[in-house]
Amino acid sequence: MRTLTSAQTTQPVLIFWIIAGWVGFVLLPWYGVEDFFAFEWLVDGYPFDDDYAPAAFLIGQGQKLWLAPMLIGLALPLLALGRPKTDPAYAKLLILAGTIGFGWLILQGFAIGIRGWNFEWAKALFGDLGDRQFGMGYGALICASAFLFLFTQGIAARGAINGDVFVVSAIGGVIVIVTAFVFFPIAKMLTAAFITEDGGYSAGVFASKFFDDRLWGLGCLSGGRCGVAWNSLFLAVLVGLITTVLGLIFALVVTRSGFRYKRALRALTVLPIITPPFVIGLALILLFGLSGSVTVFISDVFGIQPTRWLYGLPGVLIAQTLAFTPIAFLVLIGVVEGVSPSMEEAAQTLRASKWQVFKTVSLPLMRPGLANAFLLGFIESMADFGNPLVLGGNYDVLSTEIFFAIVGAQYDQGKAAVLAMVLLCFTLGAFYAQRFWLGKKSYTTVSGKGDSGVHPHMPRALSLPVLALALIWAGFTVVVYAMIFYGSVVELWGVNNTLTFKHYVTAFSFRFEDSGIRWSGAAWDSFWTTLKIAAIAAPLTACVGLITAYLLTRQTFAGKNAFEFGTMLSFAIPGTVIGVSYILAFNVPPIEITGTGIILVVSFIFRNMPVGVRAGIASMSQLDKSLDESSLTLGANSWQTFRRIILPLLRPAILAALVYSFVRAMTAISAVIFLVSAEYDMATSYIIGRVENNDYGLAIAYSTTLIFVMLSVVALMQFVVGRTEIGRRMTQSRTNV
Amino acid sequence: MSINSKAAPVSFRNVTKVYGSDVVAVDDINLEIEEGKLVTLLGPSGCGKTTTLRMIAGLEMATRGSIHIGDRDVTLLPATDRDVSMVFQSYALFPHMSVMENVSYGLGFSGFDKSETKDRAMQGLDLVGLTGYGDRLPSELSGGQQQRVAVARALVLEPQVLLFDEPLSNLDAKLRRQVREEIREIQQNLGLTVVYVTHDQEEALAVSDEIVVMRNAGIAQIGSPRDLYDAPADRFVADFIGEANIIPCQITSLSGETATIDISGFSHSLPARGLPVGPAALAVRPTRLKLDATTGMAMHVRKATYVGSRMEYTLEADFGEVFAVSENVDTPLDVNAAITVGLDHTGPVLLPADQAV
Repeated sequence: MRTLTSAQTTQPVLIFWIIAGWVGFVLLPWYGVEDFFAFEWLVDGYPFDDDYAPAAFLIGQGQKLWLAPMLIGLALPLLALGRPKTDPAYAKLLILAGTIGFGWLILQGFAIGIRGWNFEWAKALFGDLGDRQFGMGYGALICASAFLFLFTQGIAARGAINGDVFVVSAIGGVIVIVTAFVFFPIAKMLTAAFITEDGGYSAGVFASKFFDDRLWGLGCLSGGRCGVAWNSLFLAVLVGLITTVLGLIFALVVTRSGFRYKRALRALTVLPIITPPFVIGLALILLFGLSGSVTVFISDVFGIQPTRWLYGLPGVLIAQTLAFTPIAFLVLIGVVEGVSPSMEEAAQTLRASKWQVFKTVSLPLMRPGLANAFLLGFIESMADFGNPLVLGGNYDVLSTEIFFAIVGAQYDQGKAAVLAMVLLCFTLGAFYAQRFWLGKKSYTTVSGKGDSGVHPHMPRALSLPVLALALIWAGFTVVVYAMIFYGSVVELWGVNNTLTFKHYVTAFSFRFEDSGIRWSGAAWDSFWTTLKIAAIAAPLTACVGLITAYLLTRQTFAGKNAFEFGTMLSFAIPGTVIGVSYILAFNVPPIEITGTGIILVVSFIFRNMPVGVRAGIASMSQLDKSLDESSLTLGANSWQTFRRIILPLLRPAILAALVYSFVRAMTAISAVIFLVSAEYDMATSYIIGRVENNDYGLAIAYSTTLIFVMLSVVALMQFVVGRTEIGRRMTQSRTNV
Repeated sequence: MSINSKAAPVSFRNVTKVYGSDVVAVDDINLEIEEGKLVTLLGPSGCGKTTTLRMIAGLEMATRGSIHIGDRDVTLLPATDRDVSMVFQSYALFPHMSVMENVSYGLGFSGFDKSETKDRAMQGLDLVGLTGYGDRLPSELSGGQQQRVAVARALVLEPQVLLFDEPLSNLDAKLRRQVREEIREIQQNLGLTVVYVTHDQEEALAVSDEIVVMRNAGIAQIGSPRDLYDAPADRFVADFIGEANIIPCQITSLSGETATIDISGFSHSLPARGLPVGPAALAVRPTRLKLDATTGMAMHVRKATYVGSRMEYTLEADFGEVFAVSENVDTPLDVNAAITVGLDHTGPVLLPADQAV
């Protein structure tokens, strides 16, 4: 006979979170402590020193009395102990405790700022506070989590989602962290656009910044310069179009031609994953820059004066096309393969020639996929920061303009916020179009099984030019990557072409000393930081992504569509925007984490979360739902089902998500460049710094090293995942379910 | 210690299930399932039978009404907390666990200690004839064996109710007969309450104590296999359980429980089933038509098809076409031959006329 969990009077989960709440309040330092894990604070005056004291000790010493009401929230759940879940008082107590605790924590967090009360009316009402807010620390974090999960348990006990504590808590958790780290910073940034120099709010400030000629000017029509918004838009549309066409060409060659080296072409898809975005730009400089090989060669042979033609629209366009074509290729392979062969075969039996089949059946069926690839290219180009920075010259785009508004001499947060808003509007518009215009319009039928049949080859008149173009572009890509490697072993490009390992030595030298290895190279600091941050961020990203994917594929709950939209939204938010908004939001209490490693980790989690979510959704929809249901009817609850059935079956997906978020964290630049600090410098921002100092040799050597590191990580993953799939357990999932 | 039954009755009281805002999957049904009985939910796809089953399991929650298992109201209990096991159409064996781990899975959550869990799982495998297969992975078993593992996994929990969702649909025809007999045997030996969903009427007739025929989110008729076959309540049931010819007729007179009917001049007597004098419909199984009768309805042969064990005829009468089957394959009727078709004494039943048109 099954024991009824709903009638139990001891609830381990409840007890756990009650204890956690009290630990957070009584034992852990309430406010942020630098180098928490060095545990120096333990011997440095804890628990009475103001800086390290837990909330309870602060109150006991008569300080920060406004923390006291949270004790109500901690005490109430004690009354719920010993009651069965079915008791209405149980749910009420927990909901009340969670609301009071969490609500008060947020309220006091925002009401009290660096200079006491944040709101004039509060000052008027309560008088001057004489104290200030500090950034909250682990005590507050644990306490907040405890309140949140007490609240979700209360909701569950009231019968939400069949009283499923795990699912309700997961939903609550995801909503809170996405709100805190995606919506809150964006909202903060939006308000920053309205702040005048003396701290007030004014729509006029916004308008003057928004309607600035630098942003929307149309001077280029009459020979002058256009606004950055138009520049970005024009570039993004061009990149979208070209990458889509090239991507389609590659996809056609791989799936519908007799070309023999398809596998080599497919390998191209790995490139954007392992290449830091600006590296292509560097390689182009080596080829076509003032002292680039091609430029020098042409000026020698034809006597043409070298020009700086590369710096500006042409250079950025070429670099982005090189960088993003593989992404379009990746999308379009799926689309082109997804067109059911039986449709094409049907058309053939209806007496259409190969060319007619392609024109009247295959191509129209691919149309939504093409639009999708275009939008991806568009968004990527809008968000790209590295290439415009390296190659942009006088062609300013939004992402670089934002950077200089924050970092440059002008230091104008309001302007950065306005620019970021414009950028956000463009990408969100594209994202919105993609979801609501295309989302339901896919003709491809990827059902896993069913259609047998072979895709017909392209008509000859099409296949020859397509193959030629694909080979030329692939050749160009290979040359570019070869240049990266070659450039890293040349003394000084274009001036002194002797081969040398000097740059590698400068970057990565080390010595053996008595005290162990001494990492004397210039790059080691940022290299280790990058590895550390990426290694911390990757599992967290995978975890958040998979739980979200689980909720989206396996559970139904009110507001699921909004939930999905919210979680996928960060996909459309360019890194530069994330960077700016994080600086604006997390530079001040209650969450004060700029300059720490935490902000980098957090930004990676929410930048890369959509990747984890997509990977999770893709592989979870391969698992038949009856597996979960069968586990439930056998008496497991949803947490046990998640842990014992879904997670083990998703092992390859988890690994892929881990590696992918790790690699993306290592190559990211756009958000990172705003968030790095002297202590936490990342590889990519270090390289950009070298480029700005014209130290190309070191920058390229470092980039090459990164590419090889990531290539080996990806290869290792493919090896391991490949093994799991051939190995004893994974094959089953496809045959049986 | 051995695997026993804790069979309990199931009862649906005015249960309605609505998906979204307006898709009614199950509409106000009342159903009593006795303990120790094998009850089949039968009906065309979309009739609500699987939804009904999933509501017993707790995988769907009733929108209105209440569901009881044994003496407990389980309407609001999720699947985890219900004492019900289910065998899925796809078997839903966990591909990353061995057969033994699969069968032990539920026991781990039911408070059995390790050795007890192992014993029970072994017995479960014994029961379905898979002793010694414990270390294999589901992928290393045939379809029929996978099916049995799924049954064993559900059985070892000694559930109050055992549910089967079209368990035979992934098996080939020969295996189906064997497996369905095994399921029936285990059910009878252990005295389990079993609810079984299928859309195959032959399967339903073969295994059930009682059949619930469902149509358009409601129950069309409940009865034993013989009841349903011999005395269908209406044209839908008559047509769904086996094939039936619906012939319009006229009840000319009643004497007690017996009615005399008239079909284009041919007169026949049979139980009235409470119908009044006037127009009615006659449901006749293809096997219950006598093709060599002396008195009967005038028809002629439109098509004659030889299918090996028997002859199938399409006959034409003045009221429409009739489908008939004859065991006589040696001297088949000629196409276009005019014949007189009579009725067996048992078999044909009267139905209300309105449904016949």
